[in-house]
Amino acid sequence: MAKTLFDKIWEKHVVKNVEGGPSVIYIDNHFIHEVTSPQAFKGLENRNLPVFRPKQVVATADHNVPTLNQHLPIKEELSRIQVQTLKDNCAKFGIELYGLGHPFQGIVHVIGPELGVTQPGKTYVCGDSHTSTHGAFGAIAFGIGTSEVEMVLATQCLMQSRPKLMRINVDGELNKGVVSKDIILHIIAQISASGATGYFVEYAGSAIRSLSMEARMTICNMSIEMGARGGMIAPDQVTFDYMEGRLFAPKGEEWTKKVAEWKELYSDADAKFDVEINIKAEDIEPMITYGTNPGMGIGVTGHIPALSEIEDREKPSFEKSLHYMGLEAGASIKGKKVDYVFIGSCTNSRIEDLRMVASFVKGKKKAEDVEVWIVPGSKQVEKQAIEEGIDKIFEEAGFQLRQPGCSACLGMNEDKIPAGKYCISTSNRNFEGRQGAGARTLLASPLTAAAAAVTGVISDVRELI
Amino acid sequence: MSKSINIVTSTIVPINIENIDTDQIIPARFLKATSRDGFGKNLFRDWRYENDDENQPKKDFVLNNPTYKGKILVAAKNFGCGSSREHAAWAIKDAGFDVVVSSFFADIFKNNALNNFLLPVTVSEPFLQKIYDAVEKDANTSIEVSLPEQTITIAATGESEKFDINAYKKTCLLNGYDDIDYLLSIRGEIEKFENERI
Ligand code: SF4
Repeated sequence: MAKTLFDKIWEKHVVKNVEGGPSVIYIDNHFIHEVTSPQAFKGLENRNLPVFRPKQVVATADHNVPTLNQHLPIKEELSRIQVQTLKDNCAKFGIELYGLGHPFQGIVHVIGPELGVTQPGKTYVCGDSHTSTHGAFGAIAFGIGTSEVEMVLATQCLMQSRPKLMRINVDGELNKGVVSKDIILHIIAQISASGATGYFVEYAGSAIRSLSMEARMTICNMSIEMGARGGMIAPDQVTFDYMEGRLFAPKGEEWTKKVAEWKELYSDADAKFDVEINIKAEDIEPMITYGTNPGMGIGVTGHIPALSEIEDREKPSFEKSLHYMGLEAGASIKGKKVDYVFIGSCTNSRIEDLRMVASFVKGKKKAEDVEVWIVPGSKQVEKQAIEEGIDKIFEEAGFQLRQPGCSACLGMNEDKIPAGKYCISTSNRNFEGRQGAGARTLLASPLTAAAAAVTGVISDVRELI
Repeated sequence: MSKSINIVTSTIVPINIENIDTDQIIPARFLKATSRDGFGKNLFRDWRYENDDENQPKKDFVLNNPTYKGKILVAAKNFGCGSSREHAAWAIKDAGFDVVVSSFFADIFKNNALNNFLLPVTVSEPFLQKIYDAVEKDANTSIEVSLPEQTITIAATGESEKFDINAYKKTCLLNGYDDIDYLLSIRGEIEKFENERI
């Protein structure tokens, strides 16, 4: 029978099916970080249990870490305790930690792929909803809560019901100035912030195939923003080329054998999906969000919906959102002044993102009253940016290259956007207060963010390249 | 924290807002704790207080309105979207709720709630509207949620609807079992699976 990519992987990981309930699913690798793990370790201690497969756990500190002066002790007490607790727990339970100061430290969803831990055909979880990022390699990867983190630490398994499956086909050629972040913001704007709840999404089509691994990760990363459990893309030569030679990728004969296996990972021609959506790449513009959920996005040259375009039932939430953002229904967004530019987060902080920004800003200067923070996704990205001289380009433009971490994506460290200020951000969430209490977030691609950095206002990057 | 749920009868706290994300339920700056306790006081923190100051409650926010109290929180569509933080479920449970009603729940939140004996009850849009209407008429209106019968009933009008829950999870909630208890009990099978797949 014809099978989907998802089913091919899922079936290989079912330990058993429970009567009238979920399946027991085996997890190949478990990523952990300082925020969602302490209570899970405490749970193990209470039950007097070891970590079942410590070698299959990878740990890093990312959410709380400062992005300046990482060599100094963390100033904020609670953050310091949380990062220290992770360190203690990893030592105690025998887990490898790529913590602060380690050359592999970085945002959990950036380091997994970078180190070659993320591989096709495997299952990954992390106490973090953007675990969907790893699906770009043709893996099943999804976010879990802390009780589930405890389950995986204790048994390497989870109880899960098989989700419904959705395929989103993006075909055709992308317009100039349109990048993968625009594709996913466009998709979410089309189907809404809850449009894929209950589904696992496979992205397919010629426009997806033409993307680099970094760009594919950006798309899978934001699957959760439309409610999907995860997103995935069938592996191909682009995937194998990205992986070859990475630290934990298979080597030699094992590599050849694995690549042959991975080539079987695709949805069969007549495989059935519960829902199928088709998108034309030509229809996608550089995108920006104006509201307080990632589904509230428009093309940069478009206008915010007028009140009359919103269904009655949704009006209170819509008005509340615009009130928070200080924006008018029906208004256009181009030309709106921004105060901060944040280029970073597990959505857009990989070397390719930094290169894209650097090639755009080379020889240009940031607008005077804009503050620009570039936060690389990992130590390795930071190192590479310096080796390639990207840091110099940023410096000349007046951009600040900081040290790796989640940073202003969620403002758990000092990197917060002040109340009332507008921040154009390459992260994935524009929720109220996400970047700091009262902060106003406009989500966009690294190119559109860089354009705003240079002009000081929301701009159409197509007019500048 | 009550472990196990059966029948919950209570007045309700209505929040008629869609897409309530986990950053609103519990903002990131409160995720720095290393225990599971005490999150309730920061539930909906930024909707509750002006300038993050507990002495300045926002009068128009429902949790600050003494008229509304109870063990059942009722919210509009797509409740709990956003991050996987289980702290959201902990905060709601810690604030004294045993049930959350919505017309649509985000997946991860739903799992997290179930793992913490907080029952997510999905109702139809029209039924949700009926609940809001009933509580608008009478703030003391009470609702009965019966897990064994899988029904939710508005006491004043007797209107009732069935809700779904998978049979395994239902047994867990009724009896106070965790998934982890179950998984630990089959560790032998897990090891066998590991050995056979290589
Ligand atoms: S960068 Fe943002 S979205 Fe990504 S893991 Fe960190 S906090 Fe979460």
